[in-house]
Amino acid sequence: MILDGKCPTGPIETSWDRHRFETKLVNPSNKRKYKILVVGTGLAGGAAAATLGELGYNVHAFCYQDSARRAHSIAAQGGINAAKNYPNDGDSIYRLFYDTIKGGDFRAREGDVWRLAQVSNNIIDQCVAQGVPFARDYAGYLDNRSFGGAQVSRTFYARGLTGQQLLLGAYSALSRQVKAQTVKLHVRREMLDLVVVDGVARGITCRNLITGEIESHWGDAVILATGGYVNVFYLSTNAMGCSVTAAWKAAKKGAYFANPCYTQIHPTCIPQSGEHQSKLTLMSESLRNDGRCWVPKKKEDCEKPAGQIAEDDRDYYLERKYPSFGNLAPRDIASRAAKEQCDDERGVGPGKRGVYLDFEDSIKRLSEDTIRERYGNLFEMYEMITAENGYKQPMRIYPAPHYAMGGLWVDYNCMSNVPGAFVLGEANFSVHGANRLGASALMQGLADGYFVIPYTIGGYLTTVKPGQVKDDHAEFKKSKEDVQAEISKMISINGKKTPAELHRELGKVMWNNVGMARSKESLTEALKLIPKIRDEFWNNLKVSGSGAEFNQQLENAGRLADFLEFGELLAKDALHREESCGGHFRTEHQYDDGEAKRDDENFCYAAAWEFKGAGKEPELHKEPLKFDNVHLAVRSYK
Amino acid sequence: MQLTQSSVGRKIIMAVTGAMLFAFVCVHLLGNSSLFFGSAAINAYAQKLHSLGPVVWIFRLVMLGLFAVHIIFGVQLTLENKAATPDKNVQVKRLKTGFAAETMVISGLALAIFVVYHLLHFTVRVTNPEIYVPIEGGKGMVDVFIMVTHGFQQLLPVMIYSIAMLLLFLHVSHGFQSLFQTIGLSNDRTLPVMGNLSKLVGAVLLVGYVSIPLLILFGLIR
Amino acid sequence: MKLKLHVWRQKGPNAPGKLETYEANHVSPDQSFLEMLDEVNEDLVKAGKDPIAFDHDCREGICGMCSQVINGVPHGGQVRTTVCQLHMRKFKDGDEIFIEPWKARAFPIIKDLAVDRGAYDRIIEAGGYTSCRTGGVPDGNAVMISKEAADNAMDAAECIGCGACAASCPNSSAMLFTSAKVSQLAVLPQGQVEAKRRVTAMLDEAKALGFGNCTNHYECQAACPKGIDVKFIAKLNREYIKALLP
Repeated sequence: MILDGKCPTGPIETSWDRHRFETKLVNPSNKRKYKILVVGTGLAGGAAAATLGELGYNVHAFCYQDSARRAHSIAAQGGINAAKNYPNDGDSIYRLFYDTIKGGDFRAREGDVWRLAQVSNNIIDQCVAQGVPFARDYAGYLDNRSFGGAQVSRTFYARGLTGQQLLLGAYSALSRQVKAQTVKLHVRREMLDLVVVDGVARGITCRNLITGEIESHWGDAVILATGGYVNVFYLSTNAMGCSVTAAWKAAKKGAYFANPCYTQIHPTCIPQSGEHQSKLTLMSESLRNDGRCWVPKKKEDCEKPAGQIAEDDRDYYLERKYPSFGNLAPRDIASRAAKEQCDDERGVGPGKRGVYLDFEDSIKRLSEDTIRERYGNLFEMYEMITAENGYKQPMRIYPAPHYAMGGLWVDYNCMSNVPGAFVLGEANFSVHGANRLGASALMQGLADGYFVIPYTIGGYLTTVKPGQVKDDHAEFKKSKEDVQAEISKMISINGKKTPAELHRELGKVMWNNVGMARSKESLTEALKLIPKIRDEFWNNLKVSGSGAEFNQQLENAGRLADFLEFGELLAKDALHREESCGGHFRTEHQYDDGEAKRDDENFCYAAAWEFKGAGKEPELHKEPLKFDNVHLAVRSYK
Repeated sequence: MQLTQSSVGRKIIMAVTGAMLFAFVCVHLLGNSSLFFGSAAINAYAQKLHSLGPVVWIFRLVMLGLFAVHIIFGVQLTLENKAATPDKNVQVKRLKTGFAAETMVISGLALAIFVVYHLLHFTVRVTNPEIYVPIEGGKGMVDVFIMVTHGFQQLLPVMIYSIAMLLLFLHVSHGFQSLFQTIGLSNDRTLPVMGNLSKLVGAVLLVGYVSIPLLILFGLIR
Repeated sequence: MKLKLHVWRQKGPNAPGKLETYEANHVSPDQSFLEMLDEVNEDLVKAGKDPIAFDHDCREGICGMCSQVINGVPHGGQVRTTVCQLHMRKFKDGDEIFIEPWKARAFPIIKDLAVDRGAYDRIIEAGGYTSCRTGGVPDGNAVMISKEAADNAMDAAECIGCGACAASCPNSSAMLFTSAKVSQLAVLPQGQVEAKRRVTAMLDEAKALGFGNCTNHYECQAACPKGIDVKFIAKLNREYIKALLP
């Protein structure tokens, strides 16, 4: 089937304004009659719940954490982009739009990206009004920095804690609505099913993580803002609780999953120290503004302390390969380059999976104090984890799974193919294409939550009668029973392997075969191995306790069960996409110099997969991507 | 009423009454130190105070009121604080606070008892009637110098006074800096030094007050 | 390394709790504290026993979910460090470690080391925001804010809401948490309009929730994994006095 993203046609500059005008409005006095469920309280979900509550809808918000303030958006460090052009360095909505399309390797929808660039400016204003303490210059104006692959300074930041501050802004707006009783918060709830009645999303089934009770919640619309899925790699920069579960349950109820193979591997993470590791820690890539990446030129130098390697024996590989962007090359390029050096056995540190990020020159040029002022918290964090002082010796970094560009397929209104089910933020696939640029995730989450969904959901709600289907409907009961049955099944297996062990196994398969570089062989192998682990899961899983209590092992098992189905889809998507683009790199498809080789003739589309049952072949639906405003070009950062 | 019911409001009341009590303690010490200038000086000081007549009684009532408010709110806040922490961890390690801060209510209540004893000792004159000698030509007034020197030639009162002054030291060493924090006068520059300044202030009071009974006991003032 | 752990086990909010002893025999110095507990739990699960329940999520010191009192100090006493960022190299072979939950009337225990910190959300709901509507706001540069004010606000805004301040406080007072939000908004022009209402509403809520009163022990600052300064409590007190004045 050919999918239609329902983008407005005509001049792109006015597309969002026209769409807003053409979208029907819900009568203000009717708004409170509509009940909207928002799953996830990160930037997208928190902002959406707050704004919809403010508009007068009856909003119920859900999160698995103990508070809406803890969503993993909080961990974003670097900043948020906006096309304000405050520094007068040539930025514009068009340039932000262009950079995002190009950065995404021409695999995103133009209309969505334009809208994102357009509303980016409103986000900054909104956050300032909320009291987000963005960095300021001495004149009292907002400060900007250049970030990850951008040639203009358009990134707004709050120390190295931008995500935290933006999330707390959204959380405070949400708290205000909770107090006003327009939003009801349900914390420590995990969504375990999307309830679909006659093809329309009508509610969710979730588990109360404290009591284990399975609850039904009906809504006239369901918004999923449940984040990304890179914990499928086991080790990633995501929080331990981040999972594909909510999105995957929706996929199993008919929502298409788009471009799952577009995963972002972040270049500046702290390398793994051993088998015991439970997660990887990211350090803001703003470090690359002043740090230089290098590895020894000679293999035999790898064991030596960095200080003993002469300048001439160092290979500043990013500066060598990408003279104009140098150390600021986009994430996918920087990550892959680091992997190449390590594959060439010139990596450093434990296991030789690491490259140096060296601040020596910057410290000489700017002084240690300046570097401390810019990145002090990152250096502290690095020292806390590695017991090494980044001012005295170069940091060691290695790429780690970080962000999912793929996600549930949505149209221009952020609605999935299941009417009534909306998907926002990282959970959807829409704006980042095959690669996300730095400081764009926060922008997208807040754009979707504050400025997109409040308009587009109205258009949908005008087509449904409020409260038409409630939780007394048979589908809710059936969903509850299905969820309960799956939980009972996991507990009854009583095998030998814990969820963590099996997850680690899955992670290894995914990282080695479906990680930074993928080939037909590696993917085929993954597709053989994943079902084996899945079988083992359903036959040899060990979960302690019962479903009717606070049971973190059971939570992990449930999330892993979904990763085991989803991981297969990810590998399938990677196998089908016979090209390299952005975060998806197929070793068969590269230029002689190792650069990614896109195939616009055959793969210029979003691949939206329809789930047909575990172990069964999913059906591919394509949404062709049209580029009327940006010319398809080879993405070169040389 | 916000001030008398809210958490910070009552702390401000504690701080303000505490500050006034502290001021009294300082003035009292200055008055006492006239003893170092001999019998005539301290008796003259006492006579001056007595000549104020009703003002003395007004002052005493105000002091009583300050004490009462400081004690009532202090006890009330402490009870609330205990109620807020029904169970403690098995292991509790404090990083910053100290004995003085954790025992404010105890040192405070003990000081209140001491004040009663002090009044019985020197003002109402019931504990040691033998130390009162009428002053020559003093219209029935007591010779304060003899009262004090005789009073402190006995070990027990000196011990009681010394212990009480140690408690005062503890109470002030936390209370003084606490007062500035509570009324919002501290900041990141003052906070690091206030703790030590507070201890110093407490120590000055301790030395000042204790010096009199000790010097008398050891016969250096007679 | 080998360690002996004394861990607080409690089935539910009203169940009695007690310390139980476990051995951790294969501890790597590069492990984080929570990774060490993960391994203890793996062994417990395999032995058919109930694993230790503890809250955790981001494991990079920012979400504020992890909450354990280690050897009598919330988050273990390493300066500016959450439990998840605490590494085992700070301990020695043969150490005995006490691991207990936050304890305060306002933080009821859910299970073992996991507590309910909803009370902090209630304090924010009472007024920890500016009441701006989405969209109806001026340009970000319309109001200038001095760098000093922005930095000061940021110092306060770093709070992660983990609850260590109340957990470390001899009075279980939430004053550092409350003051961080009050101060952040009080030093910014955007927070001025509602400043008076905010400070009294948030303080009243904290009291109603059963938190104690601040008696200036400053344990909170010492335990705070973000090093939030008690100067903000003085700032809150100033704001409160301002709110009392006409």
